[in-house]
Amino acid sequence: MFFSEKMLDHFEHPRNVGSMDEADLSVGTATITATQCGDVTKLQLRISDDGRIVDTRFKTFGCGAAIASGSLATEWLKGKTVEEALAITNAHIAQELELPPAKVHCSVMTEEAVRDAVNDWKKKNGKL
Amino acid sequence: MDVKTPIYMDHNATTPLDSRVLDAMMPYLTEAFGNAASHSHSFGWKAEAAVETAREQIGKIIAAEAKDMVITSGATEANNLAIKGVAEMYAEKGRHIITSAIEHHAVLDPCKYLAQHGYTITFLKPDKFGVVSAEQVAAALTDGTILISIMAANNEIGTLAPVAQIGALAKSKGVLFHSDATQAVGKVHLDVEAMGIDLLSMSAHKLYGPKGVGALYVRRRNPRVKLACQMHGGGHERGMRSGTLNVPGIVGFGKACQIAAEEMTADAARIAALRDRLEKGIMSAVDFVTLNGHPTQRLPNTLNLSFAYVEGEALMLKMRDVAVSTGSACTSASLEPSHVLAGIGVGDDLAHSSLRFSLGKSTTEGEVDYVIAKVVTAVQQLREMSPLYEIATKK
Ligand code: FES
Repeated sequence: MFFSEKMLDHFEHPRNVGSMDEADLSVGTATITATQCGDVTKLQLRISDDGRIVDTRFKTFGCGAAIASGSLATEWLKGKTVEEALAITNAHIAQELELPPAKVHCSVMTEEAVRDAVNDWKKKNGKL
Repeated sequence: MDVKTPIYMDHNATTPLDSRVLDAMMPYLTEAFGNAASHSHSFGWKAEAAVETAREQIGKIIAAEAKDMVITSGATEANNLAIKGVAEMYAEKGRHIITSAIEHHAVLDPCKYLAQHGYTITFLKPDKFGVVSAEQVAAALTDGTILISIMAANNEIGTLAPVAQIGALAKSKGVLFHSDATQAVGKVHLDVEAMGIDLLSMSAHKLYGPKGVGALYVRRRNPRVKLACQMHGGGHERGMRSGTLNVPGIVGFGKACQIAAEEMTADAARIAALRDRLEKGIMSAVDFVTLNGHPTQRLPNTLNLSFAYVEGEALMLKMRDVAVSTGSACTSASLEPSHVLAGIGVGDDLAHSSLRFSLGKSTTEGEVDYVIAKVVTAVQQLREMSPLYEIATKK
């Protein structure tokens, strides 16, 4: 399978790996299991009161494409508003990483994780 | 560490051509190009003589005679010919076939095909080591059973089947016994007489021969096995497999078998020692590792491990200069984990985390040590970013 330089870079040097305190009110957490292959991604966003993402963390149990997708998303998300974050789709991620067709589904997990993490933050802060 | 990369540890997928095999093949690719079926001139005679020598060498490695060997394009074709050939020929006698759930797809798929055409197939479930016992086979026999097909050694986990016991059972019940020995030939000792095997599939490229050539052993007496041909044409190979013979391929296959017959015992011992070094090296340095397959009744070159909490394809990508394979769903087109691991009761999560190392004649101690170090670091790095590892280790 051919992987792009960018995808391999994110895979080899994943950004923002780790965890934040789930109990923290400013942190939105999502744990997504891929329906197709059973892989798992955890994404966490620290969001300021005015709805801007100030920090991100992720962990993935999954293939290289899933790891790279998570890593790229954590980079992209920093500094974005919640609305901007929700506009990110798996197609954007797949395109940026030049994922081969068989690996496009791996980026879907990331898109779902962003949505769930934002929702989790909203719920915790009575914004839903 | 002074090793040349990439390192090849995927010999169960295919092996490199032995240079002595290539040397034996060369003349038959060039000046000795005759058609082995051309009986009227010396070009044909020369090719035919070479094929007959090779046929003897091929038969010898399983203690069969040259005349018992039907040359095919490989093990997939041999399996198809054996299973569909028996099914069609013996349909009057019965329409039941016994096989196992962890056979290669080249056995499972012809069986599933037959299931759609009026045959009943029993897919026996092996124990957790991958062993299907003769007792299980005995319990599945019916009056309509015409064939038992159990692989001699499993390609993914290396588990060896009790072929001699199954063969004895088959003989006593008068049922034909086919064994897909693709992985076993050249690695462990096989004897179709002593083991009561009636049909046996083999492939050249798994034992340092060329790709695109294989053979099916077809017993000629006690009992004489008859097969409905699956390839109609010029009536080659006793009418069981038509088509112009791949002379250079067959010559190479023969040479590969001859070399294996002479060197197998020594090679197997050396490779098994390296495999054990790899197994111990990894197991002692990494926790949450499990062995898939039988601890001792196993091919000397095969090691299949599950590294909990890390996904196999990512693991392979982390160690790109080492060629191995995985049973992870992520690598399969269908996104389903290995049917072999599922068949021995390994859960989806651990199947996801599996790697198969298959060593070969060229494997060195330096390579093994390099791979151990690679695996240890890769697993560590991936676990650090695995949400499942975080959950599992959080007290
Ligand atoms: S996450 Fe399973 S294939 Fe990518």
